[in-house]
Amino acid sequence: MNILIQIGKYFILLSKVFAKPEKQSVYYKQIVKEVHSLGLNSIGIVVIISAFMGAVITLQTAYNMENPMLPLYLIGLGCRDSMILEFSSTMIALILAGKVGSSIASELGTMRVTEQIDALEIMGVNSASYLILPKIIAAVFFNPILTIISIIVGVFGGWIAVLATGVVSSEYFIIGIQYAFIPFYVTYAMVKTVFFAFIITSVSSFHGYFVKGGSIEVGRASTKAVVYSSIVILLFNVILTQLLLS
Amino acid sequence: MIEAINISKSFGNLKVLDNISVKFDQGKTNLVIGQSGSGKTVFLKCLVGLFDPDEGSVMYDDIVFNKLPFKAKKKIRQKVGMMFQGGALFDSATVLENIMYPLDMFTQLSLQEKKERARFCLDRVDIKDAGHLFPAEISGGMQKRVALARAIALNPDYLFCDEPNSGLDPKTAILIDALIKEITEEFNMTTIVNTHDMNSVMEIGDKVVFIYQGRKSWEGSNKDILDSSNEDLNQFVFANNLAKQLKKMSSNT
Ligand SMILES: Nc1ncnc2c1ncn2[C@@H]1O[C@H](COP(=O)(O)OP(=O)(O)OP(=O)(O)O)[C@@H](O)[C@H]1O
Ligand SMILES: [Mg+2]
Repeated sequence: MNILIQIGKYFILLSKVFAKPEKQSVYYKQIVKEVHSLGLNSIGIVVIISAFMGAVITLQTAYNMENPMLPLYLIGLGCRDSMILEFSSTMIALILAGKVGSSIASELGTMRVTEQIDALEIMGVNSASYLILPKIIAAVFFNPILTIISIIVGVFGGWIAVLATGVVSSEYFIIGIQYAFIPFYVTYAMVKTVFFAFIITSVSSFHGYFVKGGSIEVGRASTKAVVYSSIVILLFNVILTQLLLS
Repeated sequence: MIEAINISKSFGNLKVLDNISVKFDQGKTNLVIGQSGSGKTVFLKCLVGLFDPDEGSVMYDDIVFNKLPFKAKKKIRQKVGMMFQGGALFDSATVLENIMYPLDMFTQLSLQEKKERARFCLDRVDIKDAGHLFPAEISGGMQKRVALARAIALNPDYLFCDEPNSGLDPKTAILIDALIKEITEEFNMTTIVNTHDMNSVMEIGDKVVFIYQGRKSWEGSNKDILDSSNEDLNQFVFANNLAKQLKKMSSNT
Protein backbone atom coordinates (compact mmCIF):
# COMPACT_ATOMS: atom_id res chain seq x y z
CA MET A 1 0.00 0.00 0.00
CA ASN A 2 2.72 2.39 1.06
CA ILE A 3 4.66 1.66 -2.10
CA LEU A 4 1.65 2.66 -4.20
CA ILE A 5 1.43 5.98 -2.33
CA GLN A 6 5.12 6.55 -2.94
CA ILE A 7 4.76 5.81 -6.65
CA GLY A 8 1.82 8.21 -6.79
CA LYS A 9 3.86 10.90 -5.07
CA TYR A 10 6.70 10.26 -7.49
CA PHE A 11 4.48 10.88 -10.51
CA ILE A 12 2.92 13.97 -8.95
CA LEU A 13 6.43 15.31 -8.43
CA LEU A 14 7.28 14.53 -12.05
CA SER A 15 4.26 16.49 -13.22
CA LYS A 16 5.57 19.47 -11.25
CA VAL A 17 9.06 18.95 -12.67
CA PHE A 18 7.84 19.08 -16.25
CA ALA A 19 5.74 22.21 -15.83
CA LYS A 20 6.69 25.15 -18.04
CA PRO A 21 9.92 26.79 -16.77
CA GLU A 22 9.72 30.31 -15.34
CA LYS A 23 12.69 31.67 -17.18
CA GLN A 24 14.54 29.63 -19.73
CA SER A 25 17.87 31.44 -19.55
CA VAL A 26 18.18 30.55 -15.86
CA TYR A 27 17.48 26.92 -16.71
CA TYR A 28 20.20 26.80 -19.36
CA LYS A 29 22.68 27.97 -16.78
CA GLN A 30 21.53 25.26 -14.40
CA ILE A 31 21.79 22.59 -17.10
CA VAL A 32 25.37 23.57 -17.86
CA LYS A 33 26.17 23.37 -14.16
CA GLU A 34 24.60 19.93 -13.87
CA VAL A 35 26.37 18.61 -16.98
CA HIS A 36 29.52 19.56 -15.20
CA SER A 37 28.71 18.09 -11.81
CA LEU A 38 26.82 14.97 -12.93
CA GLY A 39 28.47 14.26 -16.28
CA LEU A 40 32.00 15.57 -16.64
CA ASN A 41 32.84 14.68 -13.07
CA SER A 42 31.87 11.06 -13.75
CA ILE A 43 34.18 10.54 -16.72
CA GLY A 44 37.11 9.53 -14.52
CA ILE A 45 35.36 6.73 -12.71
CA VAL A 46 33.73 5.50 -15.93
CA VAL A 47 37.09 5.34 -17.69
CA ILE A 48 38.86 3.49 -14.88
CA ILE A 49 36.13 0.90 -14.37
CA SER A 50 35.56 0.33 -18.07
CA ALA A 51 39.26 -0.20 -18.81
CA PHE A 52 39.60 -2.84 -16.11
CA MET A 53 36.32 -4.52 -16.99
CA GLY A 54 37.28 -4.72 -20.66
CA ALA A 55 40.57 -6.32 -19.68
CA VAL A 56 38.97 -8.85 -17.35
CA ILE A 57 36.24 -9.82 -19.81
CA THR A 58 38.88 -10.41 -22.47
CA LEU A 59 41.04 -12.57 -20.21
CA GLN A 60 38.08 -14.56 -18.93
CA THR A 61 36.82 -15.23 -22.43
CA ALA A 62 40.30 -16.32 -23.51
CA TYR A 63 40.89 -18.65 -20.57
CA ASN A 64 37.45 -20.23 -20.87
CA MET A 65 37.91 -21.11 -24.56
CA GLU A 66 39.59 -24.48 -24.12
CA ASN A 67 38.03 -25.99 -27.22
CA PRO A 68 40.55 -25.45 -30.07
CA MET A 69 37.73 -25.63 -32.60
CA LEU A 70 36.43 -22.20 -31.50
CA PRO A 71 37.85 -19.38 -33.63
CA LEU A 72 40.19 -17.01 -31.79
CA TYR A 73 38.43 -13.89 -32.98
CA LEU A 74 35.63 -14.75 -30.56
CA ILE A 75 37.72 -13.18 -27.79
CA GLY A 76 37.57 -9.69 -29.31
CA LEU A 77 33.98 -10.16 -30.28
CA GLY A 78 33.08 -11.27 -26.76
CA CYS A 79 34.75 -8.26 -25.23
CA ARG A 80 33.04 -5.84 -27.61
CA ASP A 81 29.55 -7.27 -27.25
CA SER A 82 29.71 -7.66 -23.49
CA MET A 83 30.69 -4.04 -23.18
CA ILE A 84 27.96 -2.80 -25.51
CA LEU A 85 25.13 -5.03 -24.40
CA GLU A 86 25.46 -5.03 -20.69
CA PHE A 87 28.50 -3.49 -19.13
CA SER A 88 28.63 0.04 -20.53
CA SER A 89 24.92 0.55 -20.22
CA THR A 90 23.68 -1.34 -17.18
CA MET A 91 26.77 -1.73 -15.01
CA ILE A 92 27.83 1.85 -15.55
CA ALA A 93 24.28 2.97 -14.75
CA LEU A 94 24.42 1.06 -11.47
CA ILE A 95 27.73 2.66 -10.61
CA LEU A 96 26.39 6.12 -11.49
CA ALA A 97 23.33 5.41 -9.37
CA GLY A 98 25.75 5.10 -6.48
CA LYS A 99 27.80 8.13 -7.31
CA VAL A 100 25.32 10.58 -8.83
CA GLY A 101 22.20 9.31 -7.08
CA SER A 102 23.56 9.74 -3.59
CA SER A 103 24.91 13.19 -4.35
CA ILE A 104 21.58 14.35 -5.82
CA ALA A 105 19.60 13.03 -2.86
CA SER A 106 21.88 14.59 -0.27
CA GLU A 107 22.02 17.91 -2.10
CA LEU A 108 18.24 18.19 -2.34
CA GLY A 109 17.74 16.74 1.13
CA THR A 110 20.03 19.32 2.67
CA MET A 111 18.26 22.08 0.78
CA ARG A 112 14.98 20.78 2.12
CA VAL A 113 15.97 20.60 5.78
CA THR A 114 17.70 24.00 5.71
CA GLU A 115 14.53 25.53 4.21
CA GLN A 116 16.25 26.52 0.96
CA ILE A 117 13.51 24.75 -0.98
CA ASP A 118 10.88 26.61 1.03
CA ALA A 119 12.69 29.84 0.24
CA LEU A 120 12.45 29.06 -3.48
CA GLU A 121 8.75 28.26 -3.18
CA ILE A 122 8.07 31.51 -1.32
CA MET A 123 9.69 33.49 -4.09
CA GLY A 124 7.24 31.92 -6.50
CA VAL A 125 9.74 29.59 -8.11
CA ASN A 126 8.62 26.08 -9.01
CA SER A 127 11.34 24.48 -6.91
CA ALA A 128 10.79 20.96 -8.22
CA SER A 129 11.22 22.06 -11.79
CA TYR A 130 14.06 24.46 -11.08
CA LEU A 131 16.10 21.96 -9.11
CA ILE A 132 15.26 18.63 -10.75
CA LEU A 133 14.61 19.27 -14.45
CA PRO A 134 18.17 20.45 -15.21
CA LYS A 135 19.54 17.30 -13.57
CA ILE A 136 17.30 15.05 -15.63
CA ILE A 137 18.08 16.86 -18.87
CA ALA A 138 21.82 16.91 -18.18
CA ALA A 139 21.92 13.19 -17.43
CA VAL A 140 19.66 12.13 -20.28
CA PHE A 141 21.86 13.96 -22.77
CA PHE A 142 25.24 13.34 -21.24
CA ASN A 143 25.03 9.71 -20.05
CA PRO A 144 24.96 8.37 -23.64
CA ILE A 145 28.32 10.05 -24.09
CA LEU A 146 29.56 8.30 -20.97
CA THR A 147 28.31 5.00 -22.39
CA ILE A 148 30.15 5.51 -25.65
CA ILE A 149 33.31 6.44 -23.76
CA SER A 150 32.88 3.31 -21.68
CA ILE A 151 32.51 1.04 -24.74
CA ILE A 152 35.58 2.48 -26.43
CA VAL A 153 37.72 2.43 -23.31
CA GLY A 154 36.54 -1.10 -22.43
CA VAL A 155 37.53 -2.51 -25.80
CA PHE A 156 40.79 -0.64 -25.56
CA GLY A 157 41.37 -2.14 -22.10
CA GLY A 158 40.78 -5.57 -23.56
CA TRP A 159 43.33 -4.92 -26.27
CA ILE A 160 45.92 -3.77 -23.69
CA ALA A 161 45.28 -7.00 -21.76
CA VAL A 162 45.85 -8.97 -24.96
CA LEU A 163 49.13 -7.17 -25.61
CA ALA A 164 50.29 -7.61 -22.04
CA THR A 165 49.46 -11.28 -21.62
CA GLY A 166 49.56 -12.65 -25.16
CA VAL A 167 46.44 -14.81 -24.63
CA VAL A 168 45.74 -14.24 -28.30
CA SER A 169 47.53 -12.31 -30.97
CA SER A 170 46.70 -8.66 -31.39
CA GLU A 171 45.51 -9.20 -35.01
CA TYR A 172 42.95 -11.81 -33.97
CA PHE A 173 41.64 -9.52 -31.28
CA ILE A 174 41.29 -6.66 -33.72
CA ILE A 175 39.58 -8.88 -36.27
CA GLY A 176 37.29 -10.00 -33.46
CA ILE A 177 36.18 -6.53 -32.47
CA GLN A 178 35.22 -5.83 -36.09
CA TYR A 179 33.57 -9.18 -36.77
CA ALA A 180 29.79 -9.48 -37.15
CA PHE A 181 29.11 -6.07 -35.71
CA ILE A 182 25.41 -5.46 -35.16
CA PRO A 183 24.72 -1.71 -35.09
CA PHE A 184 21.38 -2.26 -33.41
CA TYR A 185 23.21 -3.35 -30.26
CA VAL A 186 24.47 0.21 -29.92
CA THR A 187 20.97 1.56 -30.33
CA TYR A 188 19.83 -0.88 -27.66
CA ALA A 189 22.59 0.31 -25.34
CA MET A 190 21.69 3.96 -25.95
CA VAL A 191 17.99 3.41 -25.30
CA LYS A 192 18.84 1.68 -22.04
CA THR A 193 21.24 4.45 -21.06
CA VAL A 194 18.64 7.15 -21.60
CA PHE A 195 16.07 5.28 -19.53
CA PHE A 196 18.58 4.62 -16.78
CA ALA A 197 19.72 8.25 -16.72
CA PHE A 198 16.13 9.32 -16.23
CA ILE A 199 15.64 6.73 -13.49
CA ILE A 200 18.79 7.68 -11.58
CA THR A 201 18.10 11.41 -11.56
CA SER A 202 14.36 11.32 -11.01
CA VAL A 203 14.27 8.58 -8.36
CA SER A 204 17.16 10.12 -6.43
CA SER A 205 15.63 13.58 -6.66
CA PHE A 206 12.37 12.17 -5.36
CA HIS A 207 14.08 10.76 -2.29
CA GLY A 208 15.99 13.96 -1.60
CA TYR A 209 13.19 16.39 -2.30
CA PHE A 210 10.80 15.00 0.30
CA VAL A 211 13.22 14.59 3.21
CA LYS A 212 11.78 15.52 6.58
CA GLY A 213 13.95 16.03 9.62
CA GLY A 214 17.70 16.51 9.81
CA SER A 215 21.08 15.15 8.86
CA ILE A 216 20.25 11.53 9.70
CA GLU A 217 17.24 11.61 7.41
CA VAL A 218 19.33 13.18 4.65
CA GLY A 219 21.79 10.30 4.96
CA ARG A 220 18.98 7.79 4.93
CA ALA A 221 17.46 9.40 1.85
CA SER A 222 20.71 9.18 -0.03
CA THR A 223 21.02 5.46 0.77
CA LYS A 224 17.43 4.91 -0.32
CA ALA A 225 18.07 6.85 -3.51
CA VAL A 226 20.87 4.45 -4.47
CA VAL A 227 18.97 1.31 -3.51
CA TYR A 228 15.74 2.24 -5.25
CA SER A 229 17.33 3.59 -8.42
CA SER A 230 19.40 0.40 -8.67
CA ILE A 231 16.35 -1.82 -8.26
CA VAL A 232 14.35 0.15 -10.82
CA ILE A 233 17.31 0.04 -13.23
CA LEU A 234 17.55 -3.74 -12.93
CA LEU A 235 13.81 -4.07 -13.46
CA PHE A 236 13.86 -1.89 -16.57
CA ASN A 237 16.93 -3.71 -17.84
CA VAL A 238 14.85 -6.87 -18.07
CA ILE A 239 11.84 -5.11 -19.55
CA LEU A 240 13.80 -3.18 -22.18
CA THR A 241 15.85 -6.22 -23.14
CA GLN A 242 12.73 -8.26 -23.70
CA LEU A 243 11.14 -5.44 -25.72
CA LEU A 244 14.16 -4.58 -27.85
CA LEU A 245 16.01 -7.83 -28.42
CA SER A 246 13.22 -10.43 -28.64
CA MET B 1 -3.75 43.69 3.84
CA ILE B 2 -3.42 40.15 5.10
CA GLU B 3 -6.04 38.50 7.21
CA ALA B 4 -6.10 35.21 9.07
CA ILE B 5 -9.56 33.88 9.71
CA ASN B 6 -10.04 31.15 12.33
CA ILE B 7 -6.76 29.43 11.61
CA SER B 8 -6.02 26.16 13.37
CA LYS B 9 -3.07 23.85 12.84
CA SER B 10 -2.05 20.63 14.54
CA PHE B 11 0.88 18.28 14.14
CA GLY B 12 -0.43 14.88 15.12
CA ASN B 13 -1.90 15.34 18.59
CA LEU B 14 -0.15 18.63 19.21
CA LYS B 15 -2.44 21.58 18.59
CA VAL B 16 -0.03 24.39 17.70
CA LEU B 17 -2.47 27.05 16.48
CA ASP B 18 -5.95 27.31 17.91
CA ASN B 19 -8.50 29.36 16.06
CA ILE B 20 -6.47 32.50 15.38
CA SER B 21 -8.13 35.44 13.65
CA VAL B 22 -6.27 38.65 13.03
CA LYS B 23 -6.00 41.37 10.43
CA PHE B 24 -2.70 42.94 9.35
CA ASP B 25 -2.91 46.33 7.66
CA GLN B 26 -0.99 47.63 4.71
CA GLY B 27 1.75 50.18 5.33
CA LYS B 28 2.13 49.08 8.94
CA THR B 29 4.70 46.94 10.69
CA ASN B 30 2.68 44.22 12.35
CA LEU B 31 4.42 42.23 15.04
CA VAL B 32 3.59 38.75 16.23
CA ILE B 33 5.06 38.15 19.65
CA GLY B 34 5.10 35.19 21.98
CA GLN B 35 7.35 32.86 23.90
CA SER B 36 9.65 30.42 22.20
CA GLY B 37 7.51 27.51 21.04
CA SER B 38 4.26 29.42 21.14
CA GLY B 39 3.65 28.86 17.43
CA LYS B 40 4.85 32.08 15.78
CA THR B 41 6.84 30.37 13.05
CA VAL B 42 4.06 27.91 12.33
CA PHE B 43 1.61 30.81 12.11
CA LEU B 44 3.82 32.70 9.67
CA LYS B 45 4.28 29.57 7.56
CA CYS B 46 0.51 29.13 7.45
CA LEU B 47 0.17 32.70 6.22
CA VAL B 48 2.66 32.19 3.38
CA GLY B 49 1.33 28.73 2.55
CA LEU B 50 4.29 26.59 3.54
CA PHE B 51 1.90 24.87 5.91
CA ASP B 52 -1.73 24.27 5.06
CA PRO B 53 -3.91 25.29 7.99
CA ASP B 54 -6.23 22.48 9.09
CA GLU B 55 -9.06 24.97 9.32
CA GLY B 56 -9.62 28.59 8.46
CA SER B 57 -8.52 30.81 5.63
CA VAL B 58 -5.76 33.24 4.78
CA MET B 59 -6.73 36.34 2.82
CA TYR B 60 -4.32 38.40 0.73
CA ASP B 61 -6.34 41.54 0.16
CA ASP B 62 -9.58 40.07 -1.20
CA ILE B 63 -8.13 36.74 -2.38
CA VAL B 64 -8.50 33.54 -0.38
CA PHE B 65 -4.85 32.58 -0.65
CA ASN B 66 -4.78 29.13 0.94
CA LYS B 67 -7.46 27.78 -1.41
CA LEU B 68 -5.70 28.88 -4.59
CA PRO B 69 -4.25 26.31 -7.00
CA PHE B 70 -0.47 26.03 -7.24
CA LYS B 71 -0.09 28.29 -10.26
CA ALA B 72 -2.13 31.15 -8.87
CA LYS B 73 -0.21 30.93 -5.60
CA LYS B 74 3.04 31.22 -7.52
CA LYS B 75 1.85 34.46 -9.09
CA ILE B 76 1.10 36.04 -5.73
CA ARG B 77 4.31 34.77 -4.23
CA GLN B 78 6.35 36.81 -6.65
CA LYS B 79 5.12 39.74 -4.60
CA VAL B 80 6.10 38.11 -1.31
CA GLY B 81 9.41 38.51 0.46
CA MET B 82 10.20 36.22 3.33
CA MET B 83 13.06 36.09 5.72
CA PHE B 84 13.35 32.73 7.44
CA GLN B 85 14.31 32.28 11.06
CA GLY B 86 17.32 30.23 9.98
CA GLY B 87 18.20 32.43 7.02
CA ALA B 88 17.64 29.73 4.38
CA LEU B 89 20.33 31.20 2.16
CA PHE B 90 21.35 29.19 -0.90
CA ASP B 91 24.61 27.75 0.33
CA SER B 92 26.08 27.06 -3.08
CA ALA B 93 25.81 30.72 -4.10
CA THR B 94 27.63 33.79 -2.83
CA VAL B 95 25.93 36.47 -0.78
CA LEU B 96 25.56 38.71 -3.81
CA GLU B 97 24.19 35.86 -5.94
CA ASN B 98 21.70 35.07 -3.19
CA ILE B 99 20.32 38.58 -3.32
CA MET B 100 20.39 38.65 -7.11
CA TYR B 101 18.50 35.38 -7.35
CA PRO B 102 14.95 36.80 -7.24
CA LEU B 103 16.06 39.49 -9.68
CA ASP B 104 17.45 36.82 -12.03
CA MET B 105 14.24 34.92 -11.84
CA PHE B 106 11.63 37.62 -12.17
CA THR B 107 13.10 40.71 -13.78
CA GLN B 108 14.56 41.59 -17.15
CA LEU B 109 17.30 43.76 -15.67
CA SER B 110 20.81 43.60 -17.08
CA LEU B 111 23.52 41.92 -15.06
CA GLN B 112 24.95 45.30 -14.14
CA GLU B 113 21.60 46.61 -12.92
CA LYS B 114 21.00 43.47 -10.91
CA LYS B 115 24.38 43.76 -9.26
CA GLU B 116 23.73 47.38 -8.44
CA ARG B 117 20.38 46.60 -6.91
CA ALA B 118 21.86 43.71 -4.89
CA ARG B 119 24.68 45.92 -3.62
CA PHE B 120 22.17 48.60 -2.69
CA CYS B 121 20.20 46.07 -0.63
CA LEU B 122 23.39 44.81 1.02
CA ASP B 123 24.27 48.35 1.88
CA ARG B 124 20.91 48.89 3.54
CA VAL B 125 21.51 45.96 5.89
CA ASP B 126 24.96 47.37 6.55
CA ILE B 127 27.20 44.64 5.14
CA LYS B 128 28.49 46.13 1.92
CA ASP B 129 31.70 44.16 1.86
CA ALA B 130 30.45 40.60 2.17
CA GLY B 131 29.10 40.19 -1.36
CA HIS B 132 31.74 37.77 -2.57
CA LEU B 133 31.57 35.46 0.46
CA PHE B 134 29.57 32.25 0.77
CA PRO B 135 26.91 31.90 3.48
CA ALA B 136 29.11 29.44 5.36
CA GLU B 137 31.81 32.09 5.56
CA ILE B 138 29.77 34.78 7.32
CA SER B 139 28.44 35.02 10.86
CA GLY B 140 24.92 34.06 11.90
CA GLY B 141 23.87 37.67 12.31
CA MET B 142 25.23 38.51 8.87
CA GLN B 143 23.32 35.59 7.39
CA LYS B 144 20.14 37.04 8.85
CA ARG B 145 20.83 40.39 7.30
CA VAL B 146 21.58 38.83 3.91
CA ALA B 147 18.29 36.97 4.21
CA LEU B 148 16.52 40.28 4.80
CA ALA B 149 18.33 41.87 1.87
CA ARG B 150 17.19 39.01 -0.34
CA ALA B 151 13.62 39.33 0.93
CA ILE B 152 13.44 43.01 0.00
CA ALA B 153 15.34 42.78 -3.29
CA LEU B 154 12.16 42.94 -5.34
CA ASN B 155 10.34 45.49 -3.16
CA PRO B 156 7.64 42.98 -2.25
CA ASP B 157 4.05 43.92 -1.48
CA TYR B 158 4.03 41.51 1.45
CA LEU B 159 7.03 41.13 3.71
CA PHE B 160 7.37 38.37 6.31
CA CYS B 161 10.26 38.32 8.76
CA ASP B 162 10.80 35.53 11.24
CA GLU B 163 12.82 36.97 14.10
CA PRO B 164 14.88 39.37 12.02
CA ASN B 165 17.06 40.51 14.88
CA SER B 166 17.53 37.54 17.13
CA GLY B 167 21.25 36.93 17.38
CA LEU B 168 22.15 40.51 16.51
CA ASP B 169 23.85 43.04 18.76
CA PRO B 170 21.53 45.79 20.04
CA LYS B 171 22.85 48.42 17.67
CA THR B 172 22.45 46.30 14.53
CA ALA B 173 19.09 45.08 15.79
CA ILE B 174 17.86 48.67 15.96
CA LEU B 175 19.19 49.31 12.47
CA ILE B 176 17.33 46.30 11.09
CA ASP B 177 14.12 47.28 12.87
CA ALA B 178 14.37 50.77 11.51
CA LEU B 179 14.99 49.45 8.02
CA ILE B 180 11.94 47.21 8.15
CA LYS B 181 9.74 50.06 9.31
CA GLU B 182 11.16 52.46 6.78
CA ILE B 183 10.65 50.28 3.71
CA THR B 184 7.24 49.24 4.94
CA GLU B 185 6.12 52.84 4.98
CA GLU B 186 8.02 53.88 1.89
CA PHE B 187 6.59 51.13 -0.32
CA ASN B 188 3.32 50.72 1.53
CA MET B 189 3.97 47.05 2.20
CA THR B 190 2.04 44.72 4.44
CA THR B 191 4.72 43.62 6.84
CA ILE B 192 4.48 40.89 9.46
CA VAL B 193 7.37 40.33 11.83
CA ASN B 194 7.78 37.55 14.39
CA THR B 195 9.79 38.58 17.39
CA HIS B 196 10.28 38.15 21.09
CA ASP B 197 12.36 41.26 21.38
CA MET B 198 10.57 43.87 23.50
CA ASN B 199 12.78 46.57 22.11
CA SER B 200 11.42 45.91 18.61
CA VAL B 201 7.92 45.96 20.00
CA MET B 202 8.41 49.41 21.46
CA GLU B 203 10.30 50.74 18.44
CA ILE B 204 8.29 49.54 15.47
CA GLY B 205 5.16 47.75 16.69
CA ASP B 206 2.37 49.62 14.91
CA LYS B 207 0.26 46.63 15.70
CA VAL B 208 1.17 43.84 18.08
CA VAL B 209 -0.42 40.42 18.30
CA PHE B 210 0.45 38.28 21.31
CA ILE B 211 0.21 34.53 20.84
CA TYR B 212 0.05 32.43 23.97
CA GLN B 213 -0.03 28.64 23.76
CA GLY B 214 -1.29 28.73 20.21
CA ARG B 215 -4.09 31.20 20.85
CA LYS B 216 -4.31 34.89 20.17
CA SER B 217 -4.25 36.26 23.66
CA TRP B 218 -4.02 39.99 23.03
CA GLU B 219 -3.77 42.51 20.22
CA GLY B 220 -3.21 46.23 20.17
CA SER B 221 -0.54 48.81 19.52
CA ASN B 222 2.79 49.15 21.27
CA LYS B 223 1.41 52.15 23.14
CA ASP B 224 -1.20 50.04 24.90
CA ILE B 225 1.02 47.10 25.66
CA LEU B 226 2.53 48.35 28.91
CA ASP B 227 -0.85 49.16 30.40
CA SER B 228 -2.54 45.94 29.43
CA SER B 229 -4.25 43.95 32.15
CA ASN B 230 -3.62 40.67 30.34
CA GLU B 231 -1.79 38.44 32.84
CA ASP B 232 0.06 36.29 30.31
CA LEU B 233 1.10 39.30 28.29
CA ASN B 234 2.39 41.07 31.37
CA GLN B 235 4.45 38.05 32.31
CA PHE B 236 5.93 38.05 28.83
CA VAL B 237 6.56 41.78 28.65
CA PHE B 238 7.89 42.20 32.15
CA ALA B 239 9.90 39.03 32.23
CA ASN B 240 13.17 40.67 33.16
CA ASN B 241 13.97 42.65 36.27
CA LEU B 242 14.71 45.90 34.54
CA ALA B 243 11.30 45.93 32.92
CA LYS B 244 9.66 44.97 36.22
CA GLN B 245 11.30 47.87 38.00
CA LEU B 246 10.38 50.29 35.27
CA LYS B 247 6.80 49.13 35.60
CA LYS B 248 6.93 49.63 39.39
CA MET B 249 8.38 53.08 38.99
CA SER B 250 5.78 54.15 36.49
CA SER B 251 2.92 52.87 38.63
CA ASN B 252 4.28 54.73 41.65
CA THR B 253 4.33 58.08 39.96
N1 LIG C 1 7.08 20.62 11.25
C1 LIG C 1 6.66 20.43 12.50
N2 LIG C 1 6.24 19.21 12.89
C2 LIG C 1 5.80 19.00 14.15
N3 LIG C 1 5.75 19.93 15.10
C3 LIG C 1 6.15 21.17 14.79
C4 LIG C 1 6.64 21.48 13.47
N4 LIG C 1 6.97 22.78 13.45
C5 LIG C 1 6.72 23.26 14.67
N5 LIG C 1 6.23 22.30 15.48
C6 LIG C 1 5.80 22.50 16.88
O1 LIG C 1 5.01 23.65 16.94
C7 LIG C 1 5.24 24.38 18.13
C8 LIG C 1 5.48 25.83 17.78
O2 LIG C 1 6.69 25.96 17.07
P1 LIG C 1 7.16 27.31 16.40
O3 LIG C 1 8.38 26.99 15.63
O4 LIG C 1 6.03 27.92 15.70
O5 LIG C 1 7.53 28.17 17.68
P2 LIG C 1 8.01 29.69 17.69
O6 LIG C 1 6.95 30.47 18.38
O7 LIG C 1 8.39 30.12 16.34
O8 LIG C 1 9.28 29.58 18.64
P3 LIG C 1 10.68 30.36 18.51
O9 LIG C 1 10.46 31.71 19.10
O10 LIG C 1 11.59 29.55 19.36
O11 LIG C 1 11.06 30.38 17.10
C9 LIG C 1 6.42 23.71 18.82
O12 LIG C 1 5.91 22.99 19.90
C10 LIG C 1 6.98 22.77 17.79
O13 LIG C 1 7.42 21.62 18.41
MG1 LIG D 1 10.10 30.61 15.40
